[in-house]
Amino acid sequence: MAAPMLRWVGRGRRWTFARVDGGSCHRRGAPTGSTSNRIRGQSSVAQQPLYTTQKPRKGEHKWAAVVGLEIHAQISSNSKLFSGSQVRFSAPPNSLVSFFDASLPGTLPVLNRRCVEAAVMTGLALNCHINKKSLFDRKHYFYADLPAGYQITQRRLPIAVNGSLTYSVCAGKKQSQVIPKTVRIKQIQLEQDSGKSLHDDLRSQTLIDLNRAGVGLLEVVLEPDLSCGEEAAAAVRELQLILQALGTSQANMAEGQLRVDANISVHHPGEPLGVRTEVKNLNSIRFLAKAIDYEIQRQIDELENGGEILNETRSFHHQLGYTMSMRDKEGKQDYRFMPEPNLPPLVLYDATSLPAGADPQQVINIDQIRETLPELPSVTRERLVQQYGMLLEHSFTLLNEVGLLEFFQNVIKETRAEPKKVTSWVLNTFLGYLKQQNLAVSESPVTPSALAELLDLLDSRTISSAAAKQVFEELWKREGKTPGQIVSEKQLELMEDRGALEQLCHSVMEAHPQVVMDLKEGHPRAINKLIGLVRKATQSRADPAMIKEILEKKLSS
Amino acid sequence: MTIKDGCVHVLSLATSDLFFLLAWLLWWQAGHEDHAGPDPPRKVSAALKQGQITPTELCQKCLSLIKKTKFLNAYITVSEEVALKQAEESEKRYKNGQSLGDLDGIPVAVKDNFSTSGIETTCASNMLKGYIPPYNATVVQKLLDQGALLMGKTNLDEFAMGSGSTDGVFGPVKNPWSYSKQYREKRKQNPHSKNEDSDWLITGGSSGGSAAAVSAFTCYAALGSDTGGSTRNPAAHCGLVGFKPSYGLVSRHGLIPLVNSMDVPGILTRCVDDAAIVLGALAGPDPKDSTTVHDPINKPFMLPSLADVSKLCIGIPKEYLVPELSSEVQSLWSKAADLFESEGAKVLEVSLPHTSYSIVCYHVLCTSEVASNMARFDGLQYGHRCDIDVSTEAMYAATRREGFNDVVRGRILSGNFFLLKENYENYFVKAQKVRRLIANDFVNAFNSGVDVLLTPTTLSEAVPYLEFIKEDNRTRSAQDDIFTQAVNMAGLPAVSIPVALSNQGLPIGLQFIGRAFCDQQLLTVAKWFEKQVQFPGIQLQELTDDCSAVLENEKLASVSLKQ
Repeated sequence: MAAPMLRWVGRGRRWTFARVDGGSCHRRGAPTGSTSNRIRGQSSVAQQPLYTTQKPRKGEHKWAAVVGLEIHAQISSNSKLFSGSQVRFSAPPNSLVSFFDASLPGTLPVLNRRCVEAAVMTGLALNCHINKKSLFDRKHYFYADLPAGYQITQRRLPIAVNGSLTYSVCAGKKQSQVIPKTVRIKQIQLEQDSGKSLHDDLRSQTLIDLNRAGVGLLEVVLEPDLSCGEEAAAAVRELQLILQALGTSQANMAEGQLRVDANISVHHPGEPLGVRTEVKNLNSIRFLAKAIDYEIQRQIDELENGGEILNETRSFHHQLGYTMSMRDKEGKQDYRFMPEPNLPPLVLYDATSLPAGADPQQVINIDQIRETLPELPSVTRERLVQQYGMLLEHSFTLLNEVGLLEFFQNVIKETRAEPKKVTSWVLNTFLGYLKQQNLAVSESPVTPSALAELLDLLDSRTISSAAAKQVFEELWKREGKTPGQIVSEKQLELMEDRGALEQLCHSVMEAHPQVVMDLKEGHPRAINKLIGLVRKATQSRADPAMIKEILEKKLSS
Repeated sequence: MTIKDGCVHVLSLATSDLFFLLAWLLWWQAGHEDHAGPDPPRKVSAALKQGQITPTELCQKCLSLIKKTKFLNAYITVSEEVALKQAEESEKRYKNGQSLGDLDGIPVAVKDNFSTSGIETTCASNMLKGYIPPYNATVVQKLLDQGALLMGKTNLDEFAMGSGSTDGVFGPVKNPWSYSKQYREKRKQNPHSKNEDSDWLITGGSSGGSAAAVSAFTCYAALGSDTGGSTRNPAAHCGLVGFKPSYGLVSRHGLIPLVNSMDVPGILTRCVDDAAIVLGALAGPDPKDSTTVHDPINKPFMLPSLADVSKLCIGIPKEYLVPELSSEVQSLWSKAADLFESEGAKVLEVSLPHTSYSIVCYHVLCTSEVASNMARFDGLQYGHRCDIDVSTEAMYAATRREGFNDVVRGRILSGNFFLLKENYENYFVKAQKVRRLIANDFVNAFNSGVDVLLTPTTLSEAVPYLEFIKEDNRTRSAQDDIFTQAVNMAGLPAVSIPVALSNQGLPIGLQFIGRAFCDQQLLTVAKWFEKQVQFPGIQLQELTDDCSAVLENEKLASVSLKQ
């Protein structure tokens, strides 16, 4: 489930937060040998550099890109938006299809309360105004996986409007500087998902699976406040976290629960906006960023070469890394919108408008939903910083990896170790191992309790940090042993016996007279060599500080 | 009183009808003085309860009549096996004293645009030939739950688009009155009458099959659908009670839509009490139809016998007096108003000023919804699919060209035109505004103190098929819906009551329109009126001779049940 999130990054690389193909917006328009190298370096998929080197422009002709997103999030609900069929990913084809979903004549839509609540909750979390009255419309087009010939959506009066989404991008040399940004949300509308067409080119057949037809979607429309792929990716990632925190959508892009269309144009600042293109069906955050940056550069190149931008729909070829015109009838068509006559206006209430004696099963109370809002990611991060004194970027990492925050909190609960220590172990050692093996947190061989026990041993100075690393590596092998068992089996306890350690130091000094000589001749650094030798002799079980103290004492005497 | 003067003025008589009217008036007065009326028909429901006839016998008699009247083309599908099986079960219930109520064992028919589980549902279109729905429309299910016997699916205009029941793929429906003693006798008197066989009359429509089925005694009640008058119009032409309930009172789930915002299941019966019994079975909220209302409505729909109409106020909309209205209908309308007045009711002339915009407004709204509703018929999931497989688009186009008739295709084309982005404001939105004005006209009329409105149902009696088809479907629909359509725009209940026979011996109906969700009040007034006018039932001796007299003019309702 978490796998796709983890796949964004190159192996073994630390990931701070949604930063994809970093830095492009801050270097917009600049000729960029280094940027393209960076991008290439980060990507596991071969692609053209995003910003190809260009001829110097006359009079520093700067381009600005304007990006708006339409995000479709599948609502996490037991049944579909207007029918009782179950919602489930990867069920056998056409096994979750009601008469309504198959658009049998005479069937009527019945609105799913859960979907409305999810929309209200999402609207509230995104600072939207919730419309007390919203309407449903039909959007018409012929497509094989749209059995009714129209989609029920909310065009005229959607359920939520005028919100905002705050997200962060990182900047600075180490990408460690967190810059908060905001994108306005135009509206959130409830609508039906379509079915799926499976094209069998060999037999020139199209097979239709209607399992997805009629599943509830939240279409979140962002205002064109974004200016590059990185911002878009970070905004979508934040939205994804919010939806997951709310439980209103699983928002798993690999399973199609979150799909993004991007509207992109370029212009010279101060001049009217350029003609925009729409890049459709971006189904991973990495491709989203790439597609947008590619499209921005393509438009700039096109315009600089005297070409023009067509208002068209384009698709992103994720293997080859470019967008191409879809050149089909989908591009420009009149959807012949019409009010959905089978659904009365959707009326919501708040504490003040709730009619007395209203059946709670029959009404939806916005204020009541507001009270049940869980902690949102931004608040969680703030809390982590406050409570555990961690760096803001660490809080981003904890939230970005699915399950990592929970893991962290479970370790904290069970260990006496300092939160900073826990943070460091979870983000460096634990996450590093996961990345190296491309595992999700849920697939980790090390449980929070095991790590907590290990950190306790470290905290109580029972073992050294080097020994702790060794224990961790043992734990990773899934042999079912506790850290305590590993420590005693491998005799990794710190050497507490000062006398024995003094003895050991003495023998080492005896055995390496040259080093002792060097030291005495004024090369104080040579002591490290002795410390290393003593540690080796103790199998890393001795505290290096104590070894140093003993050695210094002996040398000075 | 000015209003009354107005009425008289508006509904002035034509001298040519004087003879007929005098005769009618005498008869009517006689009828309404003698409240017992002619021989009370034996009541079939009571007969079943008393064991005078078994459901199976009743079912077989109706099936036999269906066969005898096959030439009427009232049924598209006769569900003989299903009906007999249901009759058998009903019989068991009666034997065990577990009758489900007034409808148990009663033969009914259903218009072929209501989904019936396991029974082909065609909408009289090539598009749905062979389509067997896997579920029952809520109204069908409710009838079955009450023990009714489903005799079959009745003919209609393709997808209910028409006012004659002439434009379906299974051919036109013939009006049983074409073969009635009353009509034939009148025709014999007329030396100009042509060849009888080619001179048959239309039923009106689009629920003409349901009307013919009830009128020819093949069932006791039938479901029609009513979007612009499709139940009331054939009811008027076939001498039946045709009831259109308030929008939202009866579920549309399973009714294959024409115009979702105007469609309602309609009820065709031989008397008002029967309509009330069926309404009682059908009315109520349906979780599968979000446009049904949850407010509790008095159930069951027992109609009190109104002793006195002096507290009633009857409105006569002046805009309904149009030049095309036949003088006979006009006279009857006028006399009906006089009747109410003479019985102490207040009769007011009212104005529904936006009536004349109704037809064009309906055209825009209807075709737009049709364009949308018909989009699902693409040959992919169900129904007709053409042989062309060059591309999906080519398949859609050919399927729809082959599947729909000209009327349906014409409405789809206009509707899509009105919904185009550049036209939407100018047509669809404007039409919606006009619709609101039309609905407000009714609200204003009712707010002025009127309880029910009294209007004609149709311009004239039924016309011969050959005359009817001289005009195209659109012109015909526009003319024929003139008195009935505005009611659908406003979602009001309305009922057509057969009043009298015309000079030609054909039935004429008048329409009562009630306040929204005051269906029971409306039917109560209609029942009083029905009793006063004592409409003469159809005499179809030639057709029904072989059958037991149980069927002749039999009604479902039993006086004893009401007491």
